[in-house]
Amino acid sequence: MIESPAAAIPGTQPDFCFPPYVSSISRSPRLPLIVLPDTLTERSGPVFGHGLIQANDNDLTAQHDGDPIGERIFVHGRVLDEDGRPVRGALVEVWQANAAGRYRHKADGYNAPLDPNFSGAGRLLTDDQGRYFLKTIKPGPYPWMNHPNAWRPSHIHFSLFGAGILSRLVTQMYFPGDPLQPLDPIFNSIPDPSARQRLVSRLDMERSQPQYALAFEFDIVLRGRSEMPFEGAAR
Amino acid sequence: MTTRLIPSSSQTVGPFFRICLEHLIDRQQMSGAAADSIVLSGRVIDGNGAPVPDAVLEFWGADASGSYPDPGQPPIDLPSGFCRAATGSEGLFSFSIVKPGPVVHGDGCFQAPHLLVLVFARGLLRHLITRVYFDDEEGNESDPVLLQVAANRRQTLIARTADADAGEYHWDIVLQGESETVFFAW
Repeated sequence: MIESPAAAIPGTQPDFCFPPYVSSISRSPRLPLIVLPDTLTERSGPVFGHGLIQANDNDLTAQHDGDPIGERIFVHGRVLDEDGRPVRGALVEVWQANAAGRYRHKADGYNAPLDPNFSGAGRLLTDDQGRYFLKTIKPGPYPWMNHPNAWRPSHIHFSLFGAGILSRLVTQMYFPGDPLQPLDPIFNSIPDPSARQRLVSRLDMERSQPQYALAFEFDIVLRGRSEMPFEGAAR
Repeated sequence: MTTRLIPSSSQTVGPFFRICLEHLIDRQQMSGAAADSIVLSGRVIDGNGAPVPDAVLEFWGADASGSYPDPGQPPIDLPSGFCRAATGSEGLFSFSIVKPGPVVHGDGCFQAPHLLVLVFARGLLRHLITRVYFDDEEGNESDPVLLQVAANRRQTLIARTADADAGEYHWDIVLQGESETVFFAW
């Protein structure tokens, strides 16, 4: 058994080893994590500059000459810390399959078409209110080898850097009403059902654009800085 | 009374992260290695002793004087002290970074030079956190984090000098098994 990190609320983070997700079996540690008070190293973290971001990095439908095939969508939300404060200037990186469920990756052997007008990767920095905005197409579900007839529900991968390296998060955003979610061992690796549901975006008709695109809202909460410094540590 | 929000759940980085996350690696390579950089290479190995060819690693360290950058002063693009690396076909990774100096830790005490390391891979539902130290640093003997680790496991956190003149070190990450790397929770 692995101890949970001091900061994790029981059931809200997956265990490292979740046997229904087969590749977790040989890749997860067997010895307990060593739980420590943080030091200056863990209280600091990388901050990224706007020079990393180019035009259309947050518009995955505009990275090629033509329009990608699929259901055009907006995805937006806020990145917050545990106190509900916006995380400003957070680097958000996203990647996803195309509308047919195929990634533009050499290891993706699914027999579905690549879309010459869709790379499936984007990045941005959150604004002063911690907001982000993406324009993309809805990713398709796709089969994988975990168990017979295994299919991943539609999802977008999110990678985030907040204030301090301990706020680092890699997660996946799901779509409301997807019947594959109850069958998916990765989604269900999160024991707490309400924590799981927080990874499901919300259909947002207010932000949708008539005759153009539906909108989905997805807020993300990052760990804040720990308040448990090593005894005697510099303030 | 304000309610604390619950941090969002982690999910695996999956097998296809390269289509997005390699961008930062490419940018790092374009900007080139600083003059006082070291090269850290190694392998990521799973519980069957098999190489992990689809891991992404992130390293965070102080500068040569032991300082971390001021978060209020964003860089133009890439932060100093940060490096992302991905493993290749044999589970191998290699990257260059400025060797950190000792980091202040309370009155007159220091942490030995080290990098914080995050490990992401298909099969890891949350990332692992560890540290890497260097075998040519006397401060390891009194480092407050190393001292929390049982003596027989401390060597899993210490990179070996591979070529002292070239500043090359070697360090393997063992996700599971007999010589399992020490992983931390903060």
